[in-house]
Amino acid sequence: MNLLGKRYLFFAVSLLVIVPGLLVLAFGGLPLALDFTGGSLLEVNFAEGQKPQPAEIIAIYNEIGIKDTQVQTTDTGHLVIRSTFLDDPLREQVLSTMEAKFGVKPTVIRFDSVGPTIGAQVTSRAALAVAVAALVVVAYITITFRGVANSFRYGVCAILAMVHDVAVVFSVAGLGALFLGWEMDSLFLTALLTVIGFSVQDKIVVFDRIRENSNILRRLDFETLVNHSVVQTLQRSINTQLMTVEFLLLALALFGGVTLQEFSVLMLVGLFSGTYSSIFIAAPVLVVWEKQEWKTWFKRDKAESAA
Amino acid sequence: MIRNLTARLVIILLIAAVAIWIDASEQFTIRNPIDQTILYQRDVSPRLGLDLRGGLQVLMEADLPENAAISAEAMEVARTIVENRTNALGVAENSIQVAGDRRIVGEFPGLQDTDAVLKTIQQTGLLEFIDTGTVSLPEGTEVLTDYSPTGEPAPAPTPGPDGTTPTVYHTIMTGADLKSVTVVPAELGGTYQIAFTLTEQGAQVFGAHTAANVGKFLTIVLDKKVISSPKIESAITQGEGVITGNFTSEQANAFAVQLRYGSLPIPLKIVETRIIGPTLGEDSLRKSLIAGLVGMTIVILFMGLYYRLPGIVADVSILFYAAVAFALFKWIPVTLTLPGIAGFLLSTGSALDANILIFERIKEELRSGRTLEQAIDLGWVRARSSIFDSNIATVITSLILFWFGSSFGATIVKGFSLTLMLGVAISLFTAIFVTRSLLAWVLKLFRPKNLEFWFGI
Repeated sequence: MNLLGKRYLFFAVSLLVIVPGLLVLAFGGLPLALDFTGGSLLEVNFAEGQKPQPAEIIAIYNEIGIKDTQVQTTDTGHLVIRSTFLDDPLREQVLSTMEAKFGVKPTVIRFDSVGPTIGAQVTSRAALAVAVAALVVVAYITITFRGVANSFRYGVCAILAMVHDVAVVFSVAGLGALFLGWEMDSLFLTALLTVIGFSVQDKIVVFDRIRENSNILRRLDFETLVNHSVVQTLQRSINTQLMTVEFLLLALALFGGVTLQEFSVLMLVGLFSGTYSSIFIAAPVLVVWEKQEWKTWFKRDKAESAA
Repeated sequence: MIRNLTARLVIILLIAAVAIWIDASEQFTIRNPIDQTILYQRDVSPRLGLDLRGGLQVLMEADLPENAAISAEAMEVARTIVENRTNALGVAENSIQVAGDRRIVGEFPGLQDTDAVLKTIQQTGLLEFIDTGTVSLPEGTEVLTDYSPTGEPAPAPTPGPDGTTPTVYHTIMTGADLKSVTVVPAELGGTYQIAFTLTEQGAQVFGAHTAANVGKFLTIVLDKKVISSPKIESAITQGEGVITGNFTSEQANAFAVQLRYGSLPIPLKIVETRIIGPTLGEDSLRKSLIAGLVGMTIVILFMGLYYRLPGIVADVSILFYAAVAFALFKWIPVTLTLPGIAGFLLSTGSALDANILIFERIKEELRSGRTLEQAIDLGWVRARSSIFDSNIATVITSLILFWFGSSFGATIVKGFSLTLMLGVAISLFTAIFVTRSLLAWVLKLFRPKNLEFWFGI
């Protein structure tokens, strides 16, 4: 089986998945949830038949002087009210005004309120955590693969493929935001960081086989060697990621609470991408690097355009 | 193949027995077999996070400029005070933790009255020294005093339902007049007492009062609640005195903290509030349990069908893994949240990956014509480096996540990374030790002839 021969096709497939979502994010902006931007979310339920109109809720908020109010109705019939940061007295005022206006006391299902500065700090610290993790992983791979030639390349390729997986997750989140109204909250962050961890774990399994084979099969050229290693680990890659991890996550996505659905879908896609990129990104890029193929890219383009 | 197989099996059986014992009980108790006295006891009831049982989470931040230095000690004192205040409300199982260098996270599971807690956290404590005459009031008694912060006289007390008017005690001075409070060893060996100095104004008031009231009681109240009721032994006119009592070191320190910081040492503001209604939590718990069971069932069936004999052995060791992990979560204890459960499920995937790596390797070796013993030994040896290296990378990532989670009070991330980390560690043990020993044992009892069938080559 020659997987590596079609490497540019696989690169194109990845771009096809990544680009649309990223374009959505680039033009629509990141759909950051209040965990990162600050603000508040109040989910309330009114007794059947006594549900007020969203406009009435917005009127109450305006009266109290709270801005940027948005009201949504969930499929369970709850009202989700988003607005700027509410402190405790304000929240009480909102609830008591609702009670006075509508004659019934709403049940608070959920209330999240995050101050504006803390949101910004979470975002910057999360970016830092990802950067630190990436650096540590490159260093770790370079050290564990010190036995093979150019061990540094393995670290860099793993991180490149990891960036690919992160881009896939962002792209799917962007499409989800466009079509399903998803938001990037702290669970999104958790999903992203897990995808990163498992992406690296999967790369190492494939690289480990290349490391082992490069000591046994010295006479093979690098491309054949890498292709051989990828094919050898293929069954394991499919079974592990697609069967076990994906089974568990699929169950979470289908049966898990609403809170976890978005999270599970992103993990599902991200972990699939983690396996995909080991075979179709990380290993091929190693070959591209070894052969220094970028030197011929330009020439080939020229030849093709001439033809 | 494997040396000491019997010893290995005994270890596995012992660990499994202890794990199942912990899984099945709420209290872990070891009794002395002779006289039935309790030798060791630990609460191992499962802890569910706020998202699974509903409750209130509050993130408090020091209300000081961004660059102001805040000592870890002051944060700890603030934490203790918040904890004491909320405990007084009778809220069970609350947890107050310092997160990072300027934040405190408070979690109150299953809480109904969120308003009372939020108000209590934000109040500032008032320390008063009141004249209770010849009566020593027990700790915790609620009293009325005539002190008012604005200087206006307090309103006259209204008679209670039984017609008696509650006593209003006279406030001699407040905590504002305390200059310093230290804990010093008492003359009586092993006990401690509290030494204090007063401001100039405090010394005058205090001197006059104590001189006139030797032998009577001077009660100390915090937020109108008695914390101590010492007797005036002699006049304290120099602005320096001691409170004696048979305090242990801890008691004396706790008392000193209350005197020193009747009010919070650091002003706190609430920067994040999350309230999760109990029905939402229950719903999530039920659904994720179903999801977990469905996922596990599919995985166990798949392993058995695809890998046959070793797959069934791996299923047993996955159940062992789940039992040990759950026991460990209960023992430590790890609060289980939805992301925590997700982290656990993912580490289960990692445990399976280790088994799959080994079995694929065994199949490869069998196909290349090795004997069963050789194939199994080689399978473990050759798969070990990829299992170790890849799992260590996961542990590194979860450590970084854990750090991120704890310094930000982002309990979601913290719970996830902790269960992932523990899960990966246990999964390494099960794949390398448990599956291997069990497989060796099964093959010893039963020598399969048809390798193609039993190993699914």
